[in-house]
Amino acid sequence: MKRVRAEVLSARRLGEYQSLTIVAPEIAERARPGQFVGVRMPDDREFLLRRNFAIHQASRRGGWAGTVEFCFEPHGPGTALLGEVKAHEFLEVIGPLGKGFAYPKKLTNCLLIAEGHGAASIYFLAQELKARGKRVDMIVGASSLPSVFKPIEGKRLSQTITIMTADGSLGDRGSILDALPAMVESTATEVVYAAGPTRSLEKIAAFCRDRRLPAQVAVEERFGCGLGLCFSCVVPVARKDGTGYDNLRACIDGPVFNPARVVWDRWLAEEPQMLPTPPEGLPVVREWPG
Amino acid sequence: MAGVTRSLKVELGGMPLATPVMVAAGCAGTGREWAGLVDVHKVGAIVSRTVTLIARKGTPTPRVSESPSGVVWESGLQNPGIEAFVDEELPRLARPGTPVVVSIGGTTMEEYVRLTSILQGRQGVSAIEIHLSGRDDELGRELLGDRADRAAEITGAVVRMSHVPVFAKLPPVGAGLVEVATAVARAGVTGLTLCASPRALAVDAASLAPDLGSVTGWLSGPAVLPLTLRAVFDVARALPDVPIIAVGGVRDGDDAVQLLLAGAWAVQVGTAALIDPIAPVEVAQGVARYLKNKGLASPNDIRARLRVPAGFDPPEEEARP
Repeated sequence: MKRVRAEVLSARRLGEYQSLTIVAPEIAERARPGQFVGVRMPDDREFLLRRNFAIHQASRRGGWAGTVEFCFEPHGPGTALLGEVKAHEFLEVIGPLGKGFAYPKKLTNCLLIAEGHGAASIYFLAQELKARGKRVDMIVGASSLPSVFKPIEGKRLSQTITIMTADGSLGDRGSILDALPAMVESTATEVVYAAGPTRSLEKIAAFCRDRRLPAQVAVEERFGCGLGLCFSCVVPVARKDGTGYDNLRACIDGPVFNPARVVWDRWLAEEPQMLPTPPEGLPVVREWPG
Repeated sequence: MAGVTRSLKVELGGMPLATPVMVAAGCAGTGREWAGLVDVHKVGAIVSRTVTLIARKGTPTPRVSESPSGVVWESGLQNPGIEAFVDEELPRLARPGTPVVVSIGGTTMEEYVRLTSILQGRQGVSAIEIHLSGRDDELGRELLGDRADRAAEITGAVVRMSHVPVFAKLPPVGAGLVEVATAVARAGVTGLTLCASPRALAVDAASLAPDLGSVTGWLSGPAVLPLTLRAVFDVARALPDVPIIAVGGVRDGDDAVQLLLAGAWAVQVGTAALIDPIAPVEVAQGVARYLKNKGLASPNDIRARLRVPAGFDPPEEEARP
């Protein structure tokens, strides 16, 4: 984990997304898919907290060696400011942060599922899995064509790809979940990786549990510091021995979790539950098999 | 100015600090997270996250919401309980040698007494800070520390049992603060931490819902600095000999100097340390630069040196009906 003052090498618009590539060799050297960077607001008089973005690309070799790319939707009150950052300006960045995806040792057929900006870290993962000789298939979903993240890049990185949009403006009409059962059948999936909105991840988790498919998901929760100091971004995760759950910090114990151990109905309860959950009735889960 | 030996060292009622800048409760993690980012030796002291007798899971997420120049937050004092804390977290926090102040919180007198007895004589505890912003379950009140008699009762009990300096972190109760502070000082505390975060609410208009999982929360960040200044100013004039640690809104050296001028002996950095863990070190460097420019030797030289017009008396509060 390094804190660096990094020059912005390029700032590009990709459909609904803004992509920033920064020069940060210390971060690029260590980054793994699923990890993120904490970007300090350029003028933090009003917006205080760092914005945290999944690492989309960390180049260690070639013409872009030592650079890190991340992407975001510049629509929020603070991210809109970051969307105005131009090439050759400087950003103060801490990274890489969090625990990334683990690669399977024996299993080979990987199905990668991404919705919205979740694709940023999933494409990075696809690249690393392919470098390890794994088969990569993908489902990429979004609301409409401009929100599909780099579709050509997705095609290049995967054996087969299914693109789903809610309005049918690219690929098939529907959600990533509609495509999931057929894709698992046709690719003989052994391992599932996913990133995207929490409600979708919950459904993917239920699907994988029913089919007994090992999975890893990168969750989203509102961060305070992103460094593990403030205990803001907690996710309820069942203990291995089934004696209850712990509120783990998504920024330092995650953002990648085994979805079978996440206590989804507690985390995403319609009405927040203030009462502690009794220890019984929680899933006892075997270890990640990879 | 030649011949001046400049030093940032201060002493708070028997607790020596290398710099007058500490890290506020709940902003220093568990002793692991700073690795590679902060040189702990350049921090005056670390206040632990607030520890309770029994482990707490904390409140539902989201736990933090940005507001203009501030954050509204509530984490529900998530902590592993005092036994697990002294076994695992405390040794890790204390290992580098920077003084560790343990923040204790509870909802009954008994909890505070038992917490203090567990910390009694424990290696690595340089001081105790009493968190008084929780519910009072014994008297059925919403806030433990907003009344002089109750705040003094609890701090008095902790002071009598503790072998190390004790600081009481008072909630910001406006005009009544000096009365509470006086009572707590009379109960024997080493010093006062002023103030805990004010109560706050964040709303998400789009969903017609509160923006925190716990519904209500607390305000922190630069937005509260003027409140901290006034609290420190008022209490320091009433109790000039009681060490005051100012907390709330400190972002840089200039903010810290303002608080020292108003009467603080030391400051704590909270939200700024979450945005940039190195902030406490930079705040101390800012204080050192100010002292150098003014040709002064120690932070004590500016403490309570705010130039207030002669004959100034704070306006009388309006008489309540």
